[in-house]
Amino acid sequence: MNNLLELLSQIPDPEIPVINIVELGIVREAKRVSDNQVEIVITPTYSACPAMFNIEEDIIKLFKEKEITAKVITKISPIWTTDWITDEAREKLRAYGITPPEKGNHEDHLNIPKKCPRCGSENTKQISRFGSTLCKASYQCNDCLEPFDYFKCH
Amino acid sequence: MNPLYNYTLKLADDTLIYGQRLGELCGQGPYLEEDIALTNIALDYLGQSNNFYKYAAQIQDLGKTEDDLAFLRLEKEYLNCQLSELPNGDYANTILKVYFFAVYQKILYTELMKSSDEQLAAIAEKSLKEVKYHYTHTSTWIKMFAGGTEESKMRLKNAVENLWEYTGGMFAETQGEEDLAKLDVVPNSRNLHEIWTKTIEEDFQNFGIAIPDSDFMQKGSRTGYHTEYFGFILCELQYMQRTYPNCAW
Repeated sequence: MNNLLELLSQIPDPEIPVINIVELGIVREAKRVSDNQVEIVITPTYSACPAMFNIEEDIIKLFKEKEITAKVITKISPIWTTDWITDEAREKLRAYGITPPEKGNHEDHLNIPKKCPRCGSENTKQISRFGSTLCKASYQCNDCLEPFDYFKCH
Repeated sequence: MNPLYNYTLKLADDTLIYGQRLGELCGQGPYLEEDIALTNIALDYLGQSNNFYKYAAQIQDLGKTEDDLAFLRLEKEYLNCQLSELPNGDYANTILKVYFFAVYQKILYTELMKSSDEQLAAIAEKSLKEVKYHYTHTSTWIKMFAGGTEESKMRLKNAVENLWEYTGGMFAETQGEEDLAKLDVVPNSRNLHEIWTKTIEEDFQNFGIAIPDSDFMQKGSRTGYHTEYFGFILCELQYMQRTYPNCAW
């Protein structure tokens, strides 16, 4: 399992390449069925996340290179939550210019001030509740004036 | 026909047609951020419909795929509500249409999460998070329209009058649905309608707008009777799959 997870960590999220699919919490299970066969359970982030198709292909390709057949099983339940994103990945998101989602409290997340990922100011405003991808919303910092993405709490 | 298949199909068709209709605004939204917002919502609908179609195909067990169900059925075989087919109209009309559906989906998915059918419960729980977001977005807009200029108030009022008679269709039942409800596989549609009406009444009171007096509701949803607009949607929706058979999502 550990080896498999390490291997799967090489696959970046197609839309946010600084984080990988394991630290994003998409990979739920990875097991070796036989010497040349593995079974990987993944959980989609959003119902329509287009990255999920690429991720499945990437997993199959990764193992094919090692002459291993990967069976990818998509499981919706338990449903994916941004709480599954590791702390390390949150920091990577911030350094990349995306404010990471708050943990827990999913109902009230709209009212929590979003920190600018560049200058750290909490004096920011929402430009749009929706962003360039399903997982993001658009914000702007009132201090350094830079626009930034917020990874929606989900 | 299997009642569970019918029911799953109604959920799939609603979200597919809602997504297709809203997707028409891609590149034509009133301004950039809203264009992106509407397309995000449309994409959520398509994702939900994909999940429901996959499950419906599994229940049907005839070796069909989600693509076959979404793109190769005939007009009378679609069980979506007529509200989903109506043209986008002006911006107040577009937003109100999504708002009515968001309130419905929020109530529906909250109840469906408790279903004894694990797959329906899982899709409902997954989709509920997305729908809550749609609700927040559209109700914020309606509040703005209602408290805005004479023009925005007038347009919102027109939209309410235009759409109201189609709202009842969301709660129309598919064949065998009542039996499923008795077995707690799906929520009771009449209960959903009551909760929906109560929620709308409370919201409308907050917004300061009135609900039409008329009780008249269009019939035919869920039995394959559609509005005059539906054939045109299907032409566009099915074009790719019929022209390039077996192309995948």
